[in-house]
Amino acid sequence: MGWDGIRLAAAVTAGRLAASLSRRLRLGGGTTMPGRVARALHPQVVSRLAAGLRRGCVVVTGTNGKTTTARLIGHILARAGIPAAHNRAGANLAAGIVAALVERSGWTGRPRVDAGIFEVDEATVPLVWAPLRPRVAVLCNLFRDQLDRYGEIDLVSSRWRTALAQDPGEAVVVYNADDPLVADVGRTLPRQVPFGIADASCGAGTLEHAADARYCYRCGQPYQYAAVYFGHMGQYRCPRCGVRRPEPVVAARDVDLEGLRGTAFTLSTPAGERRVRTVLPGLYNVHNVLAAAAACLQLGVPLEQIAAAVEEFRPAFGRAERVRVNGREAVLLLAKNPAGFNEVLRTVLHPQSVSGGQPVLLVAINDLTADGRDVSWLWDTDVEMLAGRVGRVVVSGLRAYDMAVRLKYAGLPAGSLRVQPDLAAAWEEAVAAADGPVYALLTYTALLNLREILRRRGLVRGFWED
Amino acid sequence: MDLRICHLYPDLLNLYGDRGNLTVLVTRARWRGIVVAVDAVGIGDPLPVGRHDLYLIGGGEDRQQRLAAADLTTRKADALREAAGRGAVVLAICGGYQLLGHSYRPAAGEELVGVGLLDVVTVHPGPQARRLIGNVVVRCPLLGGAALVGFENHGGRTYLGPGAAPLGRVVVGSGNNGEDGTEGAVSGHVYGTYLHGPLLPRNPAFADHLLAAALRVRHGDVSLAPLTDDLEAAAHAAGVARATGTRP
Repeated sequence: MGWDGIRLAAAVTAGRLAASLSRRLRLGGGTTMPGRVARALHPQVVSRLAAGLRRGCVVVTGTNGKTTTARLIGHILARAGIPAAHNRAGANLAAGIVAALVERSGWTGRPRVDAGIFEVDEATVPLVWAPLRPRVAVLCNLFRDQLDRYGEIDLVSSRWRTALAQDPGEAVVVYNADDPLVADVGRTLPRQVPFGIADASCGAGTLEHAADARYCYRCGQPYQYAAVYFGHMGQYRCPRCGVRRPEPVVAARDVDLEGLRGTAFTLSTPAGERRVRTVLPGLYNVHNVLAAAAACLQLGVPLEQIAAAVEEFRPAFGRAERVRVNGREAVLLLAKNPAGFNEVLRTVLHPQSVSGGQPVLLVAINDLTADGRDVSWLWDTDVEMLAGRVGRVVVSGLRAYDMAVRLKYAGLPAGSLRVQPDLAAAWEEAVAAADGPVYALLTYTALLNLREILRRRGLVRGFWED
Repeated sequence: MDLRICHLYPDLLNLYGDRGNLTVLVTRARWRGIVVAVDAVGIGDPLPVGRHDLYLIGGGEDRQQRLAAADLTTRKADALREAAGRGAVVLAICGGYQLLGHSYRPAAGEELVGVGLLDVVTVHPGPQARRLIGNVVVRCPLLGGAALVGFENHGGRTYLGPGAAPLGRVVVGSGNNGEDGTEGAVSGHVYGTYLHGPLLPRNPAFADHLLAAALRVRHGDVSLAPLTDDLEAAAHAAGVARATGTRP
């Protein structure tokens, strides 16, 4: 073993030690520290470890759906007998990726798994593209999200464009054809698989306010839509330059939405068709399943195994996670940007979600760095749809009053609104006010906070054990 | 009593919850029994001269702003100048603010010519320059020195000429350019500011200042009935506390 090998071994060993120490000392999940330690000892640790993955790695990026898509892929691969390293606790910056690799490698730097699944923050893609040399890249979607951190959406897509075009390597790019901004990145690449929903009946006729890509990227003309699914997702074409939604190679036909109970659709692929049913609710999760299926087909998993794995999949923490409390059910829903928030609201209000009585909502909005420090996006959500359709709404978090003002101007009666900035107390109030289920809509750190509160009460497990 | 609002480029300049400002103006007027009509006026649409009491323009990304700028200066500038001349209210946020000035030089590409309703020029120091991002608190002379609270996120630096007064003095944040302590610009009843999105939801006193000024155009001096603003006041106080690092 040469000097470089010794350094690599030291990096992996130190990283693994850091992970186990941080867990034992209860410093949290230990999801990023090991990566920082390992990289300090060997800066090329990512490319060295990634190169040892026999089946290569999958990178999943985009604004919404990264975690669920990556977990679906992990679940499908595990069922197909392909063990994978995965930054599953949602640490999706570079350090989290190193940590996941280090944890699944032997001390000499040989991975003990065949594949890698990496959820990558949309702005981090250019940094990890070259060292990971992914076999499959999944581009989920692009929405306005954390503009204080990412700058403009166009900027994110142009960074993807540059990174993916520079050295596409062997990468197959699996991308969302229904998102015009994402499709414009994917359609020009040499190896590409567009996915999308091929069922105009589940779309609306008009764009919602949260649509972000209304104007043709190439010529500035407004797109025309034959169907709008949500946000700016849909069947679009530009009347001037003729750019249109690419025909999806992996598609969902005959989609049946069943509210929070789940979704059924026909999964159509080059390898055949199969009807699937998933507990994952909402149209946005149809995209996630399509993305995961397309990626796993690329890795050689048979359609039948993919479909079976999708059917038994249970969601990640806080993605429609269910908790039982005092004989009642609470559903935790991550809601961190307008398009996602709207989809969660539509799912909660779906006739098949509501069973007797009006639902009680707990909405907690934080403005820490991981949430986005700017809460302007609350005004881009269509919370007007709640008026007259919910019972009590308890509002919490660091930006509780901003959310309360938003709901007030959306026409919610003052009597149904409660502000309780303390999250534990807000949880108590919501549970006490509910006849039926409680729906908790939370930004990212508020979700972590609520799960910690529930974990201490023995209602959920720690997110890193998930 | 009635109020006619014109929302310019609602689907193009709407980056940071800009419709929150419209929602608040409309709702606060209606709560007082004022009949409100809103016209959405986009690219290619004519802007009728003399019709509206209040004009709103939001912010957008560079690409959207470029699309809007061409339309604004060729099709709508005359009607906007006429509006400012008769005392109608114009509120422009972020990108819209930059377009109301003389010019905007973006990070890349050609300089955009503005409408010139505000005596300001904006220069983007280039893609590598730090964006001015964060919570903002300013003291606003129009409100007797009371605070306006909001969030800013802009690359362009705006400089005031002698014909424009600042909307406020920066207490926390960067303001127009991060150098001279000014935020926004006012000339008559034309207002420009970088405090984006939910500026009016958190600053109901400023919303009412704009409503009263807009109603004055056709209805003379009116006194606005007070509203129950407890949630708005709490959001304002929490915003100031969050920005200044104190507890509310």
